[in-house]
Amino acid sequence: MATATPSKPVSDLVEATVRFCGDSGDGMQLAGTQFTTTSALLGNDVATFPDFPAEIRAPRGTKAGVSGFQIHFSSTQIFTPGDTVDALVAMNPAALVTNIGDLRDGGILLVNKDAFDKKGLEQAGYETDPLEDGSLDKYKLHSVEMTKLTRLAVDGLGLSQKEADRCRNFFAMGLVFWLYDRSLDPTLRFIEKKFGKLPAVAQANTNALKAGFNYGETVEAIHTQYHVGPAKLKPGTYRNIEGNLALAWGLVAAAQLSNKRLFLGAYPITPASDILHYLSNYKHFDVLTFQAEDEIAAVTATIGAAFAGEMAVTASSGPGIALKGEALGLAVMTELPMLVINVQRGGPSTGLPTKTEQADLNQALFGRNGECPMPVVAARSPGDCFYVVQEAWRIATKFMLPVFVLTDGYIANGSEPWKIPKVAELPRIEIHHPSANGDEFQPYVRDERLSRPWAIPGTPGLEHRIGGLEKANITGNVSYDPVNHEKMCLLREQKVANVADDIPLQEIDGPESGDLLVLSWGGTYGSCATAVHTAQKSGQKVTHCHLRYLNPFPKNLEKILRSFDKVLIPELNLGQLNAIIRARFLIDTIALNKIQGKPFSVIEIVNKINSLVG
Amino acid sequence: MSIESTLPVLKPADFASDQDVRWCPGCGDYSILAQMKKMLPSLGVPRENIVFISGIGCSSRFPYYMNTYGMHSIHGRAPAVATGLKSARPDLQVWVITGDGDGLSIGGNHLMHAIRRNVDLNIVLFNNRIYGLTKGQYSPTSPLGKKTKSSPMGAIDNPLHPLSIAIGCEATFVARSIDTNIKHLGDILKRAAEHRGTAFVEVYQNCNVFNDGAWEYAKARETKDDTTLELEHGKPLLFGKDRKKGIRLHGLDPEVVELGKGITEDDLLFHDERAAEPSLAYLLSRMRYEDGFPEPIGVFRCVDLPRYDDEVNKQIEKSIKEKGKGDLDALFNSGETWTVE
Repeated sequence: MATATPSKPVSDLVEATVRFCGDSGDGMQLAGTQFTTTSALLGNDVATFPDFPAEIRAPRGTKAGVSGFQIHFSSTQIFTPGDTVDALVAMNPAALVTNIGDLRDGGILLVNKDAFDKKGLEQAGYETDPLEDGSLDKYKLHSVEMTKLTRLAVDGLGLSQKEADRCRNFFAMGLVFWLYDRSLDPTLRFIEKKFGKLPAVAQANTNALKAGFNYGETVEAIHTQYHVGPAKLKPGTYRNIEGNLALAWGLVAAAQLSNKRLFLGAYPITPASDILHYLSNYKHFDVLTFQAEDEIAAVTATIGAAFAGEMAVTASSGPGIALKGEALGLAVMTELPMLVINVQRGGPSTGLPTKTEQADLNQALFGRNGECPMPVVAARSPGDCFYVVQEAWRIATKFMLPVFVLTDGYIANGSEPWKIPKVAELPRIEIHHPSANGDEFQPYVRDERLSRPWAIPGTPGLEHRIGGLEKANITGNVSYDPVNHEKMCLLREQKVANVADDIPLQEIDGPESGDLLVLSWGGTYGSCATAVHTAQKSGQKVTHCHLRYLNPFPKNLEKILRSFDKVLIPELNLGQLNAIIRARFLIDTIALNKIQGKPFSVIEIVNKINSLVG
Repeated sequence: MSIESTLPVLKPADFASDQDVRWCPGCGDYSILAQMKKMLPSLGVPRENIVFISGIGCSSRFPYYMNTYGMHSIHGRAPAVATGLKSARPDLQVWVITGDGDGLSIGGNHLMHAIRRNVDLNIVLFNNRIYGLTKGQYSPTSPLGKKTKSSPMGAIDNPLHPLSIAIGCEATFVARSIDTNIKHLGDILKRAAEHRGTAFVEVYQNCNVFNDGAWEYAKARETKDDTTLELEHGKPLLFGKDRKKGIRLHGLDPEVVELGKGITEDDLLFHDERAAEPSLAYLLSRMRYEDGFPEPIGVFRCVDLPRYDDEVNKQIEKSIKEKGKGDLDALFNSGETWTVE
């Protein structure tokens, strides 16, 4: 530890949750990210939840403009960013009023006193000053003149007042770093890297950071420092990773492992745009990114790249996926391998662009005209995105079809420690392209899995035409024959069903039978796993089953479902998987639904479990 | 290339697929198909390196009749499919076959963006001024007042003019031909194929079932010399049976003049397909029969500018050259990491 010898008592904690919140221009995402990196380097397990408004700069000081970043850090393994907050940093009254509800009783509250002027209080809807009226008595309130102290800390560096005030987040960071006994070194390295070319700014941020830290150490009012030790993670080298970055890396890895060039066709959309940003910086990995004129062009260019023989991927979010629907039918009809990534956000329509939801499962499964099946897989955590896309590409190329990958805003922007894999140890993905063998080429001839050959333009003797009209089996010629159409619909359906022979059997966490099975999918993994662990510790016969494969389901899923008295399906939608399970297996499952743009808290699931198993 | 000398010499029949052509008897599409098959062998490009991409509509059945690679995609999206294909595989010769409805209505956005990116595609737009496959609704190029199944009182939508659109999108190659003018059509298709960048060709094509005679003025032996004007680079704009009529500039506007009575060829507008500015090409694209002008056919514009498919791959090459071939293990271990023993 680089910190000075503590001059105040240090209290050991197993875990803690901190939330930074302020105006969207206050640099709260940066503060949270830095705190996360520092905690991860310290060896804590971490889980994060950035929460920000769709507007880039909502009017300053308003509730609409509040941006927050929550970090849960622990000396044990954790799966969620935490239900309640142990320490809340509120940079203005609007941030306080919108976030105070999540601070636990007795929690630490650090506020920037200077922002609590008449205008600020009015904008937040406070009639009296909460710092003075006793309404915050149940918290450990520390009202700090952050603006004033930051200005003093950067005095003499030649910064304008506006520039000086931009360093406030570093002051707040320094204070929280002191509070939780964290080293400043990673953030000092970050400042050097990010602002090295602007010495005055770098110095100002450094001064503000240290001033915050020293304030904690010096001021009498804050009595105790807290310490959260390292978690016992599996041996290995780790880094902190966000879901969109893990996904982008997974795509690059899949391309390399299959000896393909990666082609991404995309149109900017929240919260998927970062995938485009990351990949457009990986040109030296032979990655071609195409920022299309619209979502339809993004997916159809991707189909063109798939025909060309590339690892073709399109990434978007719900509204964009809706626009791609017709083209996905073409991909199904032409039986070309490609990936369709949906980073789900709140819907319908434009909905809640920066908030999370799981309400596009039906869209992935059914959102196309005609009988148009596609395999669907879903990532469960930020780091899992890396592996899910490789698995999806393996399926796409082995079965010659487009595959849906579902993530969501929560895991896309959230982060967790990620054990860095060795590329040489990742499974290779074998792909075969035919060449002429003297026989007449039949583009829709099928192997034992029902997949057709991926013959790519430029191959002599394999010239053929594909398209959206119904195909005659084997020859691929246009066919309006009624019996052929039925046969082809069944073939396409069966081909997707055959994927079940090629994926692992479903695993469960807990006993093989019992009172309750919690069945979940996608980004709710962490909350559900934690809730089930809580229930198991209290002696309840509860098992967790988390689905990665949503179409087709693993072959043993029905057996698992039938081994429990009750099946609970928590989802951040109005019951989409629940309806599918009921329809498929005629099991009287129980739904737990939430559609507030936020992940489940653990307690919500624990309460439901308690109500079902007593 | 040395391998070209060993390539078999292809004939038009080599480009015919085994599928029966199912356009209506008498359709202008047959002629375009025939000229394409006839022209392609002259390029010396191996058949397997040619791809035809189309959208939806009568014209878009074209790829099925060519023994090359091909994709009959979805309505309006062919330029986007082709952009993905060509960017991924610049070695391929990629054709886009579209129509006035497919290219200018549902697919207008993709057409615009493919052209402005100057992707090395050859886009052939069959303009018959009607929706044929859906049996006769007015299209975005149907003239005002056109009575169709869906416009019984006459179309009230201002028509689009394909070449004006293409030029507005900064097209580097813009040309027009006529389905029945077979030699001219073959020459124009060849010029389009040889152009590097987006080559946009409008073909006046007759739909003899739903819009018969739409281009009769430009096709009929008795009228075509007066209603069309064949562009030649560096030559004055002359037309008429005896080539005694010409186009002269009056201020910023073209006017039709008769040669003689003190007006010589030197007074006429001279065609310059390589002009850096597209103003002349645009002016030519605005010359309409209904306004008393001959409609130019031939190459309006042909300039050499950077191509998207080329540039996007150059950036990749440059990036590899500057940063070295990407190392995934190094990438994963970049930034802040820690080790758990």
